[in-house]
Amino acid sequence: MASIRPVLSSVSRRCLQRFCISERNVKVLSIVRNLSVSHGVRQEMPSVNDDKPQFPGARSSFTEKLKFLDGTVYDPIPIYRVMNKMGKIIDADEDPGLDQTVVEKMYKCMTKLNGIDKILYESQRQGRISFYMTSYGEEGTHIGSAAAIDPRDMVYGQYREGGVLIWRGFPMDKMMNQCYGNNEDIGYGRQMPVHYGSKEHNFAAISSPLATQMPHAAGAAFALKRAGLDVCTVCYFGDGAASEGDAHAALNFAATLDAPCIFFCRNNGYAISTPTSEQYRGDGIACRGPAYGMSSVRVDGNDVFAVYNATKAAREMAVNESKPVLIEAMTYRTGHHSTSDDSSAYRSVDEVRYWDKEDHPIGRLRNYMVEKNWWSVEKEKAWMAEVKKEIMQEFEKAEKLKKPSPKYMMSDVFDKPSKRLIQQEQELRQHLKQYKEHYPTDKFDDL
Amino acid sequence: MASLRTTLNKLGKLCSQSWRKSTVLRNPVCQGNLQICRHASAWKFVPDSPPESLGETTKMNLFQSLTNAMDIALGTDSTAVIFGEDVAFGGVFRCTVGLADKYGKDRVFNTPLCEQGIVGFGIGMASVGATAIAEIQFADYIYPAFDQIVNEAAKFRYRCGNIFDVGGLTIRTPWGAVGHGALYHSQCPEAFFGHVPGIKVVIPRSPIQAKGLLLSCIRDKNPCIFFEPKVLYRAAVEQVPVQDYMLPLEQAEVIVEGSDVTLLAWGTQVHVMHEVAQLAQEKLGVSCEVIDLRTIVPWDSETICKSVQKTGRLLVAHEAPITGGFAGEIIATVQAECFLHLEAPIQRVCGYDTPFPHIFEPFYLPDKWRCLEAVKTMINY
Repeated sequence: MASIRPVLSSVSRRCLQRFCISERNVKVLSIVRNLSVSHGVRQEMPSVNDDKPQFPGARSSFTEKLKFLDGTVYDPIPIYRVMNKMGKIIDADEDPGLDQTVVEKMYKCMTKLNGIDKILYESQRQGRISFYMTSYGEEGTHIGSAAAIDPRDMVYGQYREGGVLIWRGFPMDKMMNQCYGNNEDIGYGRQMPVHYGSKEHNFAAISSPLATQMPHAAGAAFALKRAGLDVCTVCYFGDGAASEGDAHAALNFAATLDAPCIFFCRNNGYAISTPTSEQYRGDGIACRGPAYGMSSVRVDGNDVFAVYNATKAAREMAVNESKPVLIEAMTYRTGHHSTSDDSSAYRSVDEVRYWDKEDHPIGRLRNYMVEKNWWSVEKEKAWMAEVKKEIMQEFEKAEKLKKPSPKYMMSDVFDKPSKRLIQQEQELRQHLKQYKEHYPTDKFDDL
Repeated sequence: MASLRTTLNKLGKLCSQSWRKSTVLRNPVCQGNLQICRHASAWKFVPDSPPESLGETTKMNLFQSLTNAMDIALGTDSTAVIFGEDVAFGGVFRCTVGLADKYGKDRVFNTPLCEQGIVGFGIGMASVGATAIAEIQFADYIYPAFDQIVNEAAKFRYRCGNIFDVGGLTIRTPWGAVGHGALYHSQCPEAFFGHVPGIKVVIPRSPIQAKGLLLSCIRDKNPCIFFEPKVLYRAAVEQVPVQDYMLPLEQAEVIVEGSDVTLLAWGTQVHVMHEVAQLAQEKLGVSCEVIDLRTIVPWDSETICKSVQKTGRLLVAHEAPITGGFAGEIIATVQAECFLHLEAPIQRVCGYDTPFPHIFEPFYLPDKWRCLEAVKTMINY
């Protein structure tokens, strides 16, 4: 029992209360969830007269005609959608039937993220924060997927998934504090802006190296499965990150080790300036799933209900069958890559305008809600005023706070500081005593 | 042409014999045919006497003591798993023999052949609180996982203000020269990792050390890389305590006390230093203090400096190339801390700044004769 505590302590408290794991029910669940990893299976050899292929590497048949499988001949994987650009449900059977409260929460989360993006983007332009990345155009992928998973599911993101945190109730002040790196930031201002993380919200801290989080999500899914928890992990990544070696590693590991992990690709057409035509030659990312033996689907990322349905079904497969699932959400990066990028240098304004005005996840959901009589111009005005006020309040609060004490530069390298690091902290203290005026100490808490 | 064929035939026979008897994979210790191998193992393993306080002992070689440590780790922690390439059947060096049968296939399992995946997968497991013991088949093949180790594992705790960590991760990997491993079965990459804040790097010299230090790494709250001197897997045999015990990380160990020169090394090289100390006594009448560093980072400068302040002379030797090797870090620190005590320039005897060669291995390694010469230089300075 003592030994299982590490796992337990790291999943959310709610999880614990709900599952009260004991060694015994871990074992029971293990059997139910087919924990076995298949290896060491010896092949029984057939008689010499058997003319079927016996190669261990593939289950297949012989052919006597030479024919290469052409990488481009088959029809591309279709894009699943539930509502059209006008917010009309196309096939009533596919309507998730979410009630007004849920749909309104979806809309409010998307617009809140949009509002935060606008303020923080501007604040970067004014030099008030050092860096920012907006999620313009991709709000539907965040909210649709976040709404479909369990709050206990661990999320491993790339950097453009702030909406998932908002859906999970991550307070706005924590976002602002992170971007400002002030003394209220739980990460002590060590990382660049938008590198959020929250234990409470089961959201692993973002890091800049692309795709590194993908094998993490597979490993975490495996460990949570072993702990007997009926949760999965969700791994977000972009179409560019999917070219990294770690993406290959993660998909293959998750498949061979039966890890309940949802791989969620945001295919927004660009990796900074690189269009997808220079990123890959196959049928996007979704077609790679079957190559790893993984159920895969492609959805309209601007259709929050399509994303919701696909993610919900994927979660059921992942958790019930202990296997990974791949979702490719087609969308468009309406904003610049980041505040360090001017996207007009590599794409046309018209192209951007089309997606912003004609096919936007927020506009589409608004149309749906107006049609249902769940939303109106008045409600929109009131909500926008309310959310803007909240954002400005939190923004100003975060800006006024001091930066954390420079001593936090030295902690958390290890669980306990090494002797050398203690010595280096003393050296810094001594140095600052003597040369204080050359450093911005007034903006920081005391050492 | 005919003579060429004869030569090739002979070579083929020789190869196949030595391969059968001692392939790099199955049996790293050279057993005969290739004379060249003997030079590389021009050192004697010096067994330690097991501490009495740890009770009952049994004879184990290095790979057996590692298996024993992992057996204990799995037995005492139900979240602990072992994975990597070919670990399920027992591992190419036999370190995980029997563990899959004992603990089940979901606790000791093979992964696809992909080092960045192995380490990334382990980080993920550790990030939700599990104990992940990952194996990289040879230290030479750890570089594909360099990004995961340096950018992810090492920085996981720091970057989020300690809300998440991957302290449960341990990466074990065979390390060091083996007689005929050439470029990619011989490397000592510890200095690459010595430059990375956030990970611990540990190298044992013997079965007793290996068991205690590996258990410490597995249970330490920080990601650890545990390099296993593969030439010792079978060659190093001693009485190892059977009970569950741990040895402290970040602590060097003075294994021979002396007064004239401090000899510092880690891994197999500690045994070379042992012989150098004996030779120095016999041939030069010089008393050497032999220290095993054990933990490369964070390293124990106190023990080293205390010794050098006593002896006034320091020799650091490692198999890895000299430029950028970890000896450089140690020497820079010692000269700063012990400047007034030093009676001769600090010496370092290391591998040369070349890739690790196949047939030239006997000339490449920092063997006892090169080390003895360095002692002589210091004494006569």
